[in-house]
Amino acid sequence: MNDAAPVQYVAKNMRVDLRLIAGMVAEKTRVLDIGCGDGTLIDHLFRTKQCDARGIEIDMAEVTRAVIHGLPVMQGDADSDLANYPDAAFDYVILSRTLQAVERPREVLRQMLRIGTHAIVSFPNFGHWSVRLQLLLRGRMPMTAAWHRMWYETPNIHPCTIEDFFDLCRQDGYRVEQWLAADEAGASTPWRRFPALANLFGEQGLFLLRKA
Amino acid sequence: MDSGQTLGETLHQSVTFEDGLALDCGRHLASLTVAYRSYGTLNADGSNAILICHALTGDQYVAESHPLTGKPGWWEAVVGPAKPIDTNRFFVICANVLGGCMGSTGPRSPHDERPYEPWGTEFPAVTIQDMVRAQKRLVEHFGIAKLFAVIGGSMGGMQVLAWAALYPQMVFAAVPVAAAAYHSAQNIAFHEIGRQAIAADPFFYAGRYWAEGVTPERGLAVARMTAHITYLSEAALTRKFGRRLQTATDLTMLGDRFEVESYLQHQGSSFVHRFDANSYLTITRAMDLFDLAAEHDGNLAAAFGGSKIRFLLVSFSSDWLFPTAQSRAIARALNHVAANVSFVEIPSDKGHDAFLLDEPDFHRTLRGFLTGCAEHAALP
Repeated sequence: MNDAAPVQYVAKNMRVDLRLIAGMVAEKTRVLDIGCGDGTLIDHLFRTKQCDARGIEIDMAEVTRAVIHGLPVMQGDADSDLANYPDAAFDYVILSRTLQAVERPREVLRQMLRIGTHAIVSFPNFGHWSVRLQLLLRGRMPMTAAWHRMWYETPNIHPCTIEDFFDLCRQDGYRVEQWLAADEAGASTPWRRFPALANLFGEQGLFLLRKA
Repeated sequence: MDSGQTLGETLHQSVTFEDGLALDCGRHLASLTVAYRSYGTLNADGSNAILICHALTGDQYVAESHPLTGKPGWWEAVVGPAKPIDTNRFFVICANVLGGCMGSTGPRSPHDERPYEPWGTEFPAVTIQDMVRAQKRLVEHFGIAKLFAVIGGSMGGMQVLAWAALYPQMVFAAVPVAAAAYHSAQNIAFHEIGRQAIAADPFFYAGRYWAEGVTPERGLAVARMTAHITYLSEAALTRKFGRRLQTATDLTMLGDRFEVESYLQHQGSSFVHRFDANSYLTITRAMDLFDLAAEHDGNLAAAFGGSKIRFLLVSFSSDWLFPTAQSRAIARALNHVAANVSFVEIPSDKGHDAFLLDEPDFHRTLRGFLTGCAEHAALP
């Protein structure tokens, strides 16, 4: 591992789940993508679904790249900046592979479902068998494609499993309208109707929520 | 030398509106002249017009050599054929602000009641919003119903914000650069030093210096020198001048001058040949008065309610005059009304002046934003 490399969110450049997320968004809707990186998803949503799609990104270099490509992206932070938006300003608020890296994931979710009628959340699943096996057999923090930074420098301060996420949705009264588990290649896996299996075999979880 | 003469005789392209202009202060200017320059060609449906708003000491000569100084236009790096604001594609207008001294109605214009002499310090207090109302007259004069974009830095950025607040239906995209929604106490304080320097000049004659055939050059130069420091940064001054001496190699205490001193003096003395002291007083006061939220009970978001404008906010990391926090506050206010807003901070050590200088990231950002907006506006 290169110590000099700047800390980035896990798999920032891996866009494996973006196609699946785009499939959950209806045409001509208002979308806010939190942690949008260089804006690949909002560009896709504008071009293929005529969405009014915008982005927030914490990394200024990514923001600049997005704006240079003509995309409406502003520098901002999921933890602090969602509170600025009015209620129900968007049809979809998307948080792709960023939930595990925010300071207050529960509050971020609450804000997402305040400013948007739907929330779309994806995260790497800490319940995947390879993660469990590594911890069981080696007794060390797991290192996988999704969890590839040492514990002392990972930005992923709030990892969770698919089952954990279901629990939080129940607890906070969010209705899961769609969900699926996918492997790292982004293909939807065949265990999607069984949370316990998805929690074991899915490398990432993807949820479409709304307030119950 | 007679700088009044130097300033006086240049003919500027302008249009005069005989019905004048109602001002925020309650006064009504009997007649309104707006001096301007334009570049490029307005298309048939008038949809490709960009209005550029200049800063405190800028003027309408954006992209051509200045008629008084002979220097290149103040934004030639940004405006021109194939430049980020591409005059092959857009029709670009820039007007001298109300209260200015490059041909628009201002303290050097004939007094409404005593037309045989200029207004001088009797010129009514104008606001940033008044400047925008004057620009609107010019835009309508061109038959333009909706500007594709309004773009400006510093005080120009204040005008952009005022455009967005006053005439949202006339603006498709707005780009306030290195701007703020109000002038801060620190900024007002620096302006006051400049105004006091002008007032203390024995050649000021209570603003009636024209009658004496002189100009308060010393005072105006000191005002410019003070202001110029605020446009730079400590890092930029160090990089440009350090502690280098003008002539000697070692400090001998024999009247040695630091390079930074002679640079500032040059800035001051060249300024007085292209700017009128009373205009400086009028325009700095207009900036000081600017507080967009004040008209909405302190709620800046209310100034932009329901706005369909696409915004691009740009700040520069070393700008301490209009710091990034000010742009971020505007971005948050725009978020409050779910406006379409892009916001970037460009890393630069050049201070506030960075918006005028060679900043490739800024230029690429501006170009990309306008290209994206043109696509959304279905501009050919």
